[in-house]
Amino acid sequence: MSLSTAEPEVLTTTAAAPDPDPGPPQFESWGRYPKYNAKVIPLNWQGDFPAALAGSHDSALPVGLGRSYGDVCLLKDGTLLQTTGMNRLIDFDPETGILTAEAGISLAQILDFAVPRGFFLPVTPGTKYVTLGGAIANDIHGKNHEVAGSFGCHVPCFELVRSDGTRRLCSRTENPDWYAATIGGMGLTGLITWAQLRLRPIVSRGIDYEGIQFHGIDEFLDLKHQYSQAEYSVSWLDCVSTGKNFARGIFMLGDHAKVPGELKPSPEPRLVFPFDAPAFALNRISVSLFNTVFFHKQGKAHVKAVHDYEPFFYPLDAVLHWNRMYGKRGLVQFQYAIPWEHAKEGTIAILQTIANSGLASFLAVLKAFGDIPSLGMMSFPLAGIMFALDFPIKPGITFPLLQRLGDMTLDYGGRLYPAKDAAMTPAQFQTFYPEWQRFARFRDPMLTSSFWERVTDSTGAKPTL
Amino acid sequence: MSTLATPPLDASPASNPTAPDRSKLTKKILVLGATSGIAEATCRIWAAQGAQLFLIARNADKLAAVAADLKTRGAAYVGTAVADLDDTDKHAELLSHAINSLTGMDIAYLAHGILGDQPRAEQDFEHAAQILHTNFVAPVSLLTWLANFCVQRHAGVLAVLSSVAGERGRKSNYLYGSSKAGLTAFLAGLRNRVDREGVTVLTIKPGPVNTAMTAHMKIRKADVNKVAATIVKAIDAKKDNLYVPGIFQPIMFVIRNIPDRIFKKLNL
Repeated sequence: MSLSTAEPEVLTTTAAAPDPDPGPPQFESWGRYPKYNAKVIPLNWQGDFPAALAGSHDSALPVGLGRSYGDVCLLKDGTLLQTTGMNRLIDFDPETGILTAEAGISLAQILDFAVPRGFFLPVTPGTKYVTLGGAIANDIHGKNHEVAGSFGCHVPCFELVRSDGTRRLCSRTENPDWYAATIGGMGLTGLITWAQLRLRPIVSRGIDYEGIQFHGIDEFLDLKHQYSQAEYSVSWLDCVSTGKNFARGIFMLGDHAKVPGELKPSPEPRLVFPFDAPAFALNRISVSLFNTVFFHKQGKAHVKAVHDYEPFFYPLDAVLHWNRMYGKRGLVQFQYAIPWEHAKEGTIAILQTIANSGLASFLAVLKAFGDIPSLGMMSFPLAGIMFALDFPIKPGITFPLLQRLGDMTLDYGGRLYPAKDAAMTPAQFQTFYPEWQRFARFRDPMLTSSFWERVTDSTGAKPTL
Repeated sequence: MSTLATPPLDASPASNPTAPDRSKLTKKILVLGATSGIAEATCRIWAAQGAQLFLIARNADKLAAVAADLKTRGAAYVGTAVADLDDTDKHAELLSHAINSLTGMDIAYLAHGILGDQPRAEQDFEHAAQILHTNFVAPVSLLTWLANFCVQRHAGVLAVLSSVAGERGRKSNYLYGSSKAGLTAFLAGLRNRVDREGVTVLTIKPGPVNTAMTAHMKIRKADVNKVAATIVKAIDAKKDNLYVPGIFQPIMFVIRNIPDRIFKKLNL
């Protein structure tokens, strides 16, 4: 009785209602740009996929912790399959160091397990809050690229599940083409349910560290040749200063300490960047000041010390949500690799363009990539110089600059990194990654990303702002 | 006995300092509903301590995944049995097999349960009865057997996941809530009976915790690993009751004491 009167009322109300405000997106990439709404479905068990997509016609994308910067981990109006609940260990062999684990486990969780047992990641990026699956899908690299290659080089095998339910064991010898397509395959070839990772032994949490100030790219290259025996090397670079301080930086070297030390797990980080900084917080003056303080922090031109691995590898992980420093609008990253042939001239030209642009940005990262080939057909690293820099998003300024820097990278024979990108054009992408059409044949028909849609879009639509 | 048990993990102490071998004294823990989010997080802490675990759950694939994880993390022993705990007729056989495999039992951890579908339960008594059976009747059967086992030995901890939802019925989940209220009352009575026999009964009342069971709820949820660490400490301290996170103790005090003439008008 009351039902019959209530029913049409409900219908009228729904029809008359304005579009509900979708609110902030449930899932953001680390750069917080672009912002897209998507449905998020958690995958907690290896058997959850493809069942989680049953009855859905939306495109989907497996994602982990959302630490890639642009839209490689986003899918506008699609379904994100968040794998972080799939974080179980499966096996560990202390004889070989081979760890088998579900793909949603984070590198932080792996370290919590491995360090007390005297093992460490074979390759680690600048944050430990990425998943094993994400590390494979972006074929990430670390400060030891010259001696260790990229992450995929240390993944003997993994399982790939497609949306049609087929499962493939992938290694260099079994399904080698699927193995090569999935390493660096941006999550598009299927879901990685579990993977093996070859850990390396350590005897201490300590890192034997050396920091050396340099001025200019020539000095950087000299240091690189002089200290080529160090396992880890990376340089922080001041991208704001011009004149005599142009391209000044600190060359940082590290080796795992050889003196046995404590192997306890890391404490939880306690600092959280509490709010979105206002747009004016990052400007030329504040960034210059920061860079000057950072450059002189070590006091002398050359220091040696033993550091814990946390501040050496993950200085920014100590402050959770540090990306809020860039405000609500977010940040974009520009990261290139240019082969040795043009590495020096390309780097100097690009650094000059950045310094002259006046677009304030914090310390940048400069390092050499070695010549160990990556195993993925879409992997980013190539032997030469790698450079990475964050930019705040300023309407009308940031994207034209990125466009220009992308074209310069292309002219010098280099390429940009999809995991850090929000701006490459289809033409740039398709030149950077000549195998993209072959790779496209391995893409799962149900899976795509906003990045993939953007860079394979033949209309060449450019990002707004 | 050993033919029934899963073979113990061969963990050499040299390569795995956190996993002592089985001959040393480590906790023997029986876990019911071992694939639930809170149970799994709790077991990871026990595994890292080198505990001996026997896991019971309904889904064989999920149970195998959890067991492999706990073995790898350093549990000195992991035995498993696939069982539907709704089947109370099988409880005695199942529990004696589990305790034989563990060669004893220091802690029983009951973590199985269903949230159910409140709107459906309001229309469909079968579903309402299902919620009560899984969350109340089946635990009563298990705890009766386990309490008698512990009383005979004058030792043991029975740690049971109830819920803050059992503190007062609310329209949004009173079937789940009343099943947990019954469980809480049962545990209070059981504690009153067996405490003098040297047996500890811990009633755990979690607020919303971030697990698969609550994935659809858009509310503030506690981190499951922090909840698990609190539970492990409360068991070690032989507490009687645990609200987790602790803020729910004063919150539930207020909710319990709102007069019905006001409470009945609220949308909770």
